[in-house]
Amino acid sequence: MSEHIVSPKVYIGIFLSLMVLTAATVAAAYVNLGPFNIVIALAIASLKATLVVLYFMHARYSPKRTHMVIIAAVFWLAIMLALTLSDYVTRDRDLASNTQLTGMLGS
Amino acid sequence: MHRTGELYGQFETLEQQKESAALGMWVFLSTEVLFFGGLFLTYTLNRHYYPAAFGVGSNTLDLKLGGLNTVILILSSLTMAMSVWASSVGKRKQTTGFLVATLLLGTAFLGVKVIEYKQKFDHHLVPGYHFQIDYRVQHPAPNDDPKEIEAEKEELSKAFAKDPDLNAHAQLYFSLYFGMTGLHALHMIVGAGMLVWLIRQSMLGRFTPTYNTPVEMIGLYWHFVDIVWIYLFPLLYLIDRHR
Amino acid sequence: MDTPTSTHSATAPVYKIPEEHYLNSSYGIRSWLLTTDHKRIALLYLFSVTFFFFVGGIFATMIRIHLMTPQGFLVTPETYNKLFTMHGVAMIFFFLIPSIPAVLGNFLVPLMIGAKDLAFPKINLLSWYIYVLGGCFVLYSFSTGGLDTGWTFYTPLSSVYSNSAVTPAVLGIFINGFSSILTGLNFVVTVHTMRAPGMTWFRLPLFVWAQYATSIIFILGTPVIAITLLLVGLERMFHLGFFNPALGGDPILFQHLFWFYSHPAVYIMILPAMGVISEIIPTFARKPIFGYSFIAGSSIAIAVIGFFVWAHHMFLTGESVYAALAFSFLSYLVAIPSAVKVFNWTSTLYKGSISWDTPMLYGLGFIGLFLIGGLTGLFLACLGLDIHIHDTYFVVAHFHYIMVGGAVMGYLGGIHFWWPKISGRLYPEFLARVSAIILFMGFNLTFFPQFILGYLGMPRRYHSYPPEFQVLNVMSTAGASILALGYLLPMIYLIWSLKYGTVAGPNPWPATGLEWKTDSPPPTENFLVTPEVTWEPYDFETRPDLELDHIVAGKLPAPAHGDD
Repeated sequence: MSEHIVSPKVYIGIFLSLMVLTAATVAAAYVNLGPFNIVIALAIASLKATLVVLYFMHARYSPKRTHMVIIAAVFWLAIMLALTLSDYVTRDRDLASNTQLTGMLGS
Repeated sequence: MHRTGELYGQFETLEQQKESAALGMWVFLSTEVLFFGGLFLTYTLNRHYYPAAFGVGSNTLDLKLGGLNTVILILSSLTMAMSVWASSVGKRKQTTGFLVATLLLGTAFLGVKVIEYKQKFDHHLVPGYHFQIDYRVQHPAPNDDPKEIEAEKEELSKAFAKDPDLNAHAQLYFSLYFGMTGLHALHMIVGAGMLVWLIRQSMLGRFTPTYNTPVEMIGLYWHFVDIVWIYLFPLLYLIDRHR
Repeated sequence: MDTPTSTHSATAPVYKIPEEHYLNSSYGIRSWLLTTDHKRIALLYLFSVTFFFFVGGIFATMIRIHLMTPQGFLVTPETYNKLFTMHGVAMIFFFLIPSIPAVLGNFLVPLMIGAKDLAFPKINLLSWYIYVLGGCFVLYSFSTGGLDTGWTFYTPLSSVYSNSAVTPAVLGIFINGFSSILTGLNFVVTVHTMRAPGMTWFRLPLFVWAQYATSIIFILGTPVIAITLLLVGLERMFHLGFFNPALGGDPILFQHLFWFYSHPAVYIMILPAMGVISEIIPTFARKPIFGYSFIAGSSIAIAVIGFFVWAHHMFLTGESVYAALAFSFLSYLVAIPSAVKVFNWTSTLYKGSISWDTPMLYGLGFIGLFLIGGLTGLFLACLGLDIHIHDTYFVVAHFHYIMVGGAVMGYLGGIHFWWPKISGRLYPEFLARVSAIILFMGFNLTFFPQFILGYLGMPRRYHSYPPEFQVLNVMSTAGASILALGYLLPMIYLIWSLKYGTVAGPNPWPATGLEWKTDSPPPTENFLVTPEVTWEPYDFETRPDLELDHIVAGKLPAPAHGDD
């Protein structure tokens, strides 16, 4: 961790940005953007997360090895999602049709 | 037993000790990313294949309470960051004050969650034998707004038309809801416990500008838990608000 | 420590056990159960993993006895399912995965980098307690109905239909996962922040590089199996539906989540063993290792690429040709860094001054058996071939060649190599060499016939088989009895050597690592003075302080040569 002391003004600024982004994500949820709803939601969430990591968690002022750890974690999560989805996306029959239960369960 | 602030035997310098603590906490957080990641993968697949059920499930969540909780948690991250700042400039009372504020906000978050969970329990939305997605519209409570019930009834009938197995799939949504928010809440409880310890240490004057490592490290943990919620909120509460 | 009485190799010098060392610095059970000394914790782990090795070994014995006849005479089919499941769970999660990292890694990493201990000694102790707790849950499961799902816990058998004690078992493995995670975390931080002055990254012993790479896998892979098995437990308890098709769930999702960890887990099992071999080969060839930076880099490469290949366990689940091709290609790719290591070890032997001490026997055995195991892995990664040999004894033989012929031999080689450092005593060399050869022969007799059985079509996890397979099965069982002898002998003579073995002195081989520059057994704080490193690793030729050790050990460094 660096000795860099972040001023409270920065923290308050980040907090206000996070509030604005929260409002934005709620507002965007009420607009029908089809497949882009999820994209916008994740983009805003990722922006918020980035602000928290960089400023609240001091990543901006941390040594390189901290950045490596963060990048590694995100990268590994990404490959878990991407490679798994690559299997699902290329299968012939999708999950929903594979497990059609109509009439099988009472409810 | 070592008191907080002293140099531990395996380290040569305080600087090395601090570096190790920081790297250790960041590495631990990366394990948490993958831990929650398995649930996010499960969520991704199930939401993709059962959009109707996920939409219906999400709309049963109280957006006001969820939004309030989001604000509470982000505010608690601010107060946590402020306590780190206060300890790094030697302001003992403010350090303690901000830590207490963080703890109170965290507790408030958990309190709201209890209210939300109770609501789900009352509406038979807890996965298990009694799960019934349309329980509320079939047995409305006396103080339920009739317009709201009507709107939900219509939404449910449209959803059932799209997905005859809506009940089973909605149960998957709620399994994820309880699983992900439950795991998150568990982490918050652990965080709250650590805050109690921190507050005590701060009151004993253990944190100085040269040594505030526990505040920073627990701060990192707290911010991470906040980040998980930053993703959970839109993914669970905001799926289909534009009905 | 006495100075040697003679500088002639004909008369061995007489060393004395140092007066105070980590084993006698404090007495009593509390000083062991509450220790934070990484060396004592390593021994706690040694005790526990050996226990689980016995547990897994007993199940293996029952399996091999049962399979002596085509109809199987020892147990019912249901019990047979439990035998192979519990064998796998005990061996993989409670023996193989912790073995080298938690025993040899814990003991050696601080010594090798010149530190007093790991970065977080108390967390190290906590890791052991978590391991024990997880082990208790699993033993409870074994003794109250057993486990019949296969160590792979495929759903919905494990999450819905199995009547065996699945829930305590998955909870036990879940808990045990945190032991791994904390060990990995400890190693990564230690290697980054606790190296002695002068110990740069490229002066680190390759064993440390191997532990570091393994720790990456511990940290990033284990959490996924943790959440997955937790979900299986929750599914069983609360009838959730993630993996249950009858409730809209997907068994394939379980397999993806499971194998995302369990494939890199096999690299957890082999990378540390490769690290051991990288220490043994140069020592007993008396030569610097060939291609140090390539071996170091290949450890990292295996750890990383190993995360991209998991779906090669799922080729027969309906994967599309595109996905299967990608995973097959990546599986071939991950073999390359392993091959680099084998080439480099072999090149190290070339023009070396070879001595046939027991660790070297294990090391050479490793290279040969890992070669077979690794190459047969490529057979399995080949899509067309996998269709025929998936879920047959070919797979069983493949992974046993790697895990037993590779990882266990690496573990035993390491135990023998560092035994003098750990105990201060030498084991009986002749008996140890004989045991190594017995083990090697028993191993091959056990598992080579299984390649043939698999190729001929005998499925794995079957309690009975067509009569024409009996001869090979009997051969395999016969081999297993010899293999068992090969395991029992070291346990006996190593314990014997604690009291009666020759006192070893600080550097009996001699080898070049920092761990050999302190007493055997080491003092609790490892080094009386923090070492300062000025030499390159595996520098057998020019290190002046090794000359005396060479003479004392009666071994000569390899003749000088300029081409590598």
